[in-house]
Amino acid sequence: MTLVVLLAPTPAQAQQAVTLRVAITQQVDSLNPFLSIFQAGTEVGRLMYDYLTAYDVKDQRPVEGLADRWESSEDRLTWTFRVPEGKKWSDGQPITAKDAAFTYDLMMRDETAATANGSFTAEFESVTATDDRTLVIKTKQPQATMLALDVPIVPAHVWSKVADIGEYRNDQTPVVGSGPFVLTEYRANEFIRFKANKDYWRGAPKYDELTFSYYKTADAAVQALSKGEVDLVNRMGPAQFDSLKDKDGITRNQAQGRRFNEIVINSGAATRTGEPIGDGHPALKDVVVRRAIAKSLDLDAIIDKVNGGYAQRGTGPIPPVFADYHLKPEQPYPHDPAAANADLDQAGYARGADGIRVSPQGRRMELRLLGHASRAYDEQAGEFVKRSLADLGIAVDVQVVSDNQLNEAGTAGTFDLQFSGWGTNPDPDFILSLHTCGQRPNADGKGGTTDTFFCDAEYDALYARQRAEFDPAKRRELVLRMQQRFYDQVPAVVLGYDNALEAYRSDKFASFPVQPDPGGVIMAQNGMWGYYGATPATVTGGDTGSNTGLVLGVVGGALIVLVGGAWLMGRRRGLRAEDRE
Amino acid sequence: MIRHLAGKVGGALVSLLFVVTLGFLLFRVIPGDPVVAMTRGRPVTGDQLAELRARLGVDKPLGEQFVDYLGAALRGDFGTSYVYSRPVLELIGERLWPTVLLTGTSTALAVTIGLWLGIRGAWRRGSRSDRISTGLALAQWAMPTFWLGMLLSLATGDLFPSGGMRYPDTPPDFLSQSLDVAHHMVLPCLTMIAVVYAQYLLVMRSSLLEEMHADYLTTARAKGLRDDVVRRRHAVPNALLPTVTLVFLHLGLVVSGAITVETVFSWPGLGLLTYEALTGPDLPLLQGTFVVLAGAVITMNVFADLLYRVLDPRVRAS
Repeated sequence: MTLVVLLAPTPAQAQQAVTLRVAITQQVDSLNPFLSIFQAGTEVGRLMYDYLTAYDVKDQRPVEGLADRWESSEDRLTWTFRVPEGKKWSDGQPITAKDAAFTYDLMMRDETAATANGSFTAEFESVTATDDRTLVIKTKQPQATMLALDVPIVPAHVWSKVADIGEYRNDQTPVVGSGPFVLTEYRANEFIRFKANKDYWRGAPKYDELTFSYYKTADAAVQALSKGEVDLVNRMGPAQFDSLKDKDGITRNQAQGRRFNEIVINSGAATRTGEPIGDGHPALKDVVVRRAIAKSLDLDAIIDKVNGGYAQRGTGPIPPVFADYHLKPEQPYPHDPAAANADLDQAGYARGADGIRVSPQGRRMELRLLGHASRAYDEQAGEFVKRSLADLGIAVDVQVVSDNQLNEAGTAGTFDLQFSGWGTNPDPDFILSLHTCGQRPNADGKGGTTDTFFCDAEYDALYARQRAEFDPAKRRELVLRMQQRFYDQVPAVVLGYDNALEAYRSDKFASFPVQPDPGGVIMAQNGMWGYYGATPATVTGGDTGSNTGLVLGVVGGALIVLVGGAWLMGRRRGLRAEDRE
Repeated sequence: MIRHLAGKVGGALVSLLFVVTLGFLLFRVIPGDPVVAMTRGRPVTGDQLAELRARLGVDKPLGEQFVDYLGAALRGDFGTSYVYSRPVLELIGERLWPTVLLTGTSTALAVTIGLWLGIRGAWRRGSRSDRISTGLALAQWAMPTFWLGMLLSLATGDLFPSGGMRYPDTPPDFLSQSLDVAHHMVLPCLTMIAVVYAQYLLVMRSSLLEEMHADYLTTARAKGLRDDVVRRRHAVPNALLPTVTLVFLHLGLVVSGAITVETVFSWPGLGLLTYEALTGPDLPLLQGTFVVLAGAVITMNVFADLLYRVLDPRVRAS
């Protein structure tokens, strides 16, 4: 009993500093913002560097970043940004338009510097800082993402001395940045430490330090939160989220997520030049079959049983968190197996003796459904799909394979159905571009990022129009029409939008800004608001680290006593054995 | 002796070369384009993908890639990790000591506990304590490591950290840092010990049992030696031989054996690195860890071989 009392964590010597301790489950691949690809890496980048413009915390519209004002020319090809006076790098140097020009220019001329964010500058014609305050960007064609350039702006006076961008790790602390936090210590795959930037132009954060500790599994991260080792956790599964219900000192945040799950239907895989590839079932080229599949799936049941209720019903590729662009179809496909069966009967897909339908071309309706072995979702949802399609007289063979095998089959078109999913950005351009004809692979099966192989003249025409449309209302209408076309043609069935499940120690931090507000996330935002605006609970007892010295002393002592005792007992028994002889 | 040594080392080098080759081929069999896997879910253009492929050298024919890789590997260069954009050997070097610390400590403890319980069990075979300790060891060995680890973490409540190797806010002085690391090491160490000590127990127990009825023990007893002297001075040293080999073989595996434990407790060692490289797949990193892990096993095999000659005169004579 005394042992237990001694072992319990005791408040460390009163520390004045208030620290927000965050658990991350994805490693930070690089601190170099030109190379960092992983979400965790870019999130760290957002804390260290501002972008030219930022996304508002409430509704994600473009607001002041390093630039406070901007305008574009009549032809939408020239953009002028003003970088106001008074903003400073963390080493005290002023931030100017030349820093931004340097950053974009570097990405345009150095291929390595374009690794992570190159798509944003790919269509840039030229970037110039006409003076310290004015940045002029000319683009080759109108680009709707000019106010959503996800590129951290780096200090020219530091980075101009870097000889090889690919080799530069950017871990010489303190790292000079412009964001609300300054990196002070980095141990790869252990932790990252930041100090609040007291001179931040938006105002200093309300606490002193921010640390990210790396946990390989969400289970370990959730335990660390329960034990009070960390204050904020995300990426939880439904069961983990449920386990934190009603726990003292812990508040949960069920946020609308940016991700969707879908089943891609191989509606005719082909290369960019239209050469058919792969071995998809020919009947899937028939839109009647694809719609019947969509109608047969009970999305609500899948969300209820597989997502534990933590998801919203799917329609188009843009989730409801981006309310402006989210599609609410006028006539959504109801869950109606009877109607789906009738459609198939009418289209000539007759049932064989064993109940399996046969296409008018004489092919049995037997489909392969590929899923990721790494995701429990695919396996569980796969069973639902299998049963739903069995009711239609379509046999489904669910195969869960490694991510790489799935990627391979996806690129080669050697599948009938496959689970997929994407994360989306506030600007819909990228996610919509995935389904244009140009995204299909070239002849050697490379160079494409599509997963549906969708190629539709009407969709492509709408895509080109929305890309050049700068009137928000008109662009919104075009985006919705594109999704409606996608929904009607069913190259994929969007099953649902996962909620982002987060939790924090409300006994240490009273509140966090969410994005969008309400209903949004704390971590993984389009911005740094969640960390920047965290408000400590009124009374902070300092850090509760455990008293490791004491613990070790006691544990070590206990071990010695145990081992010693056991040895003595063994000896005594040995002696008795000798006595018996 | 020299010839024997040269033969062994030469054999080891051939094995290593084989491993390097196998590492290359094996990981090229894994389906999937690493570039596509790396950039999945991000806005990239086809040109960017092609650029990335050229930079990583995966657009070359397989034969050319192999020659490049082999040449570099012989110079001790295992390439640059796709994910971290850093030299593979540097990453491995960084992760080596946490793994050696964790697995070294737990192996030492597991060997001690296993041998001690094994000796006791054999000497008092069939007794209740023997049945219990053997049964318990087998049960623990059969338990899934990750499950046991999570169970331990849950059962100990707030006593020990649930993951990582140190807290970010520990003072930087050596003593505080060491204590913090030791504190973080308790649970992963216990988990590893609980799982691996069984094999030492069983090998020690059975080899001692074989010795039990040997004539020299009867002689020793007849001389009137005390029972524990007979055990310690005569029986155990002879029975230790198979165990020594086992310990050395395991020391080679020690580097790799921690993958599960390191994953459960987010211990920043080689095991975790291997796991991450696999999920990438980060080919150069995967090849690098593969060669290092295999190299450790090969080296320890040579050591076990040589040590056996030193310990056992019969082998030397032959």
